[in-house]
Amino acid sequence: MMAMQRILNRGFDRVERLLDTAFGPAWNPLAHLGSLGWLLFWVIAVSGLYLFIFFDTGVHAAYDSVEWLSNDHWYHAGVARSLHRYASDLMVLAMLIHIVREWAFDRLRGRRWFSWVTGVPILWFVYISGITGYWLVWDTLAQYVAIVSTELLDALPFFGEPIARNFLTPETLNSRFFTLMVFLHIAIPLLLLLMMWIHIQRITDGETKPPRGLGYLTMVALVVVSLVIPAASQGPANLDAVPQSVGIDWLILSLYPVIESVPPGAIWTGSLLITIFLTGLPWMPPRREEPAAVVTLDHCNGCARCVTDCPYAAITLVARTDGAAFSHEVEVNPARCVACGICMGSCPSSTPFRRSEELLTGIDLPGRPLSQLREEVIEASKALSGDGRVLTLSCEHGSAHTPEAGRVVLPCVAMAPPSLIDYIISRGLADGVAIAGCSGRDCFNRYGRDWTEQRFARERDPYLRERVPRDRLLVLWHGMSEGTKTAREIEAFSTALAAMPKYDKVRPVSEVRASAKGAPGEDDG
Amino acid sequence: MTRSEQLRYIIAGGIVTLAVTYGAAWLSTNPSWQSLEPDMALVRISFSHGGDRSASCRDLTEEERATLPRNMQRKQICDRSYPPVTVELDIDGETVLARELPPSGFSGTGPSRIYERIVVPAGAHDFTARLRDKPSTEGFDYEGQAQAVLAPGQSYVIEFKPEQGGFVFQ
Repeated sequence: MMAMQRILNRGFDRVERLLDTAFGPAWNPLAHLGSLGWLLFWVIAVSGLYLFIFFDTGVHAAYDSVEWLSNDHWYHAGVARSLHRYASDLMVLAMLIHIVREWAFDRLRGRRWFSWVTGVPILWFVYISGITGYWLVWDTLAQYVAIVSTELLDALPFFGEPIARNFLTPETLNSRFFTLMVFLHIAIPLLLLLMMWIHIQRITDGETKPPRGLGYLTMVALVVVSLVIPAASQGPANLDAVPQSVGIDWLILSLYPVIESVPPGAIWTGSLLITIFLTGLPWMPPRREEPAAVVTLDHCNGCARCVTDCPYAAITLVARTDGAAFSHEVEVNPARCVACGICMGSCPSSTPFRRSEELLTGIDLPGRPLSQLREEVIEASKALSGDGRVLTLSCEHGSAHTPEAGRVVLPCVAMAPPSLIDYIISRGLADGVAIAGCSGRDCFNRYGRDWTEQRFARERDPYLRERVPRDRLLVLWHGMSEGTKTAREIEAFSTALAAMPKYDKVRPVSEVRASAKGAPGEDDG
Repeated sequence: MTRSEQLRYIIAGGIVTLAVTYGAAWLSTNPSWQSLEPDMALVRISFSHGGDRSASCRDLTEEERATLPRNMQRKQICDRSYPPVTVELDIDGETVLARELPPSGFSGTGPSRIYERIVVPAGAHDFTARLRDKPSTEGFDYEGQAQAVLAPGQSYVIEFKPEQGGFVFQ
């Protein structure tokens, strides 16, 4: 399964690179599937409310009212109907790709299970919403959907009277059934909305709006397609006949041909097994989780930078408990912390220059503390020689994810505090630093790229000091499949560094430690 | 993002978005699905009917009646559960359905129910339906016969309505 995940991961990366050329990394639709789903949901909700003004519930009235709004009022209500249908189709498509992509990128295991598990009911709510919607039109397709659905439901031992008996003859069906269907078609999307809200509760600032450009493109495409191929009914339902050939919606109703071909028991068992399988995927196999970040109050003044930067809403600001002269301190919720280290990179105390006996910071990763990271960087630098030495800090989800000489692989490059770049260059550990993050369009840890770039651009605390020569820093955002490109760019960077005069403000680690009396302390930079 | 890049993304991204949306819209009705072969028709037999419980009834003795409150002193007492109903359906002389339908409900206190679909070639057919709802009788208590010429795609329904004398073919 992991091999399949890796293949899909690289596959997505390649397709997304192609889409980057069409949309640009910022508007790449595959990187915004979740927020596209939200946009489409609102398109469906607004168009549905508009259609409800004209829709009439009743055995004959339903079809007639839909025909009337589609033909006589095609320019507003008809377009709304098409928008309603096509946005639903796109939402299913976005949802299915979103599921496969999140799995391929392994963003479901460990403490990220919550968003995945809460997404499983969303899958079913979306399908049920679509099915009840098709039912309401009461055309031939609706009759087909009604009969197949009720025959499937009747296989469950919950219902007294077979529901399918409602669709035996024209006389057995009454308008009250349509009132029930309208109720379901409103109630289930409301439940869907609730689940979508729960789905994004364990992430910070869950993206519910796609980038404006992508949103406009989607809306324009929906309107154009609605005008070119308006949604149409398939002739009135007739219970004296059986729908023989139906124009099925393969995105929403693709299970229906299967339902017809397989015994109902197998369908229900299969659905149950698929649900259990999907729900259990975050534990197949369980991720060996690094310990959650810990706070050292002696080095924390409650500045809340880590609270703002944490992508998983795992850190909160609480009242001070140690009597220090600060009003707040931060608290980590271990159940939410994925140990990405972004908090460590955001902490102003996270500086490898610190002189303290033991290098501690306000918030640290017990599995890979700042002190260890500093030693790893020093160790990695020993493998570098000659002119143009490049020390790479790379993301384990990006193109430079494999350990190599002169490379320190991190859970997220935003784990490296900007002062670490300063440290590497000013201590002469390398002539330049390459930051090789994951794909630019969609960071594995959500905000790793944004925070890193903003810190380097001195737009977000902690800033990269002005004294750090920017021409000795290379920042790359490449996906898993771009290893060769990354290697080529680092090679070119190395050549450029070799052509530069040596950095003249170097103060080697050995010199600093010797003068510090009581190594491993450092100076304050 | 520069202005020229933005324009390029609007044009190229717009074309891709339009193509995907068009594809999704096309898939919303195409290709069509053949649910029932063109030269076939559908016969459905469905009803909800409780078996005759009278065989389980017996008279209460005077002693038993005396133990009951005055408003509950009935002459007879019957089982609350229904006996099973047996149904058979022949099409063109061939038995296509023969089933004993148990009463519904945890305690068997609901009627027996059936909903069955049988796909048949379009054309003329003879239908014979039989039902036994009295456990005490041999053979069948109801029998209905009908002939029908079914058009392709026609839905032919066989129901059981004792108030109308038995089987109803439509």
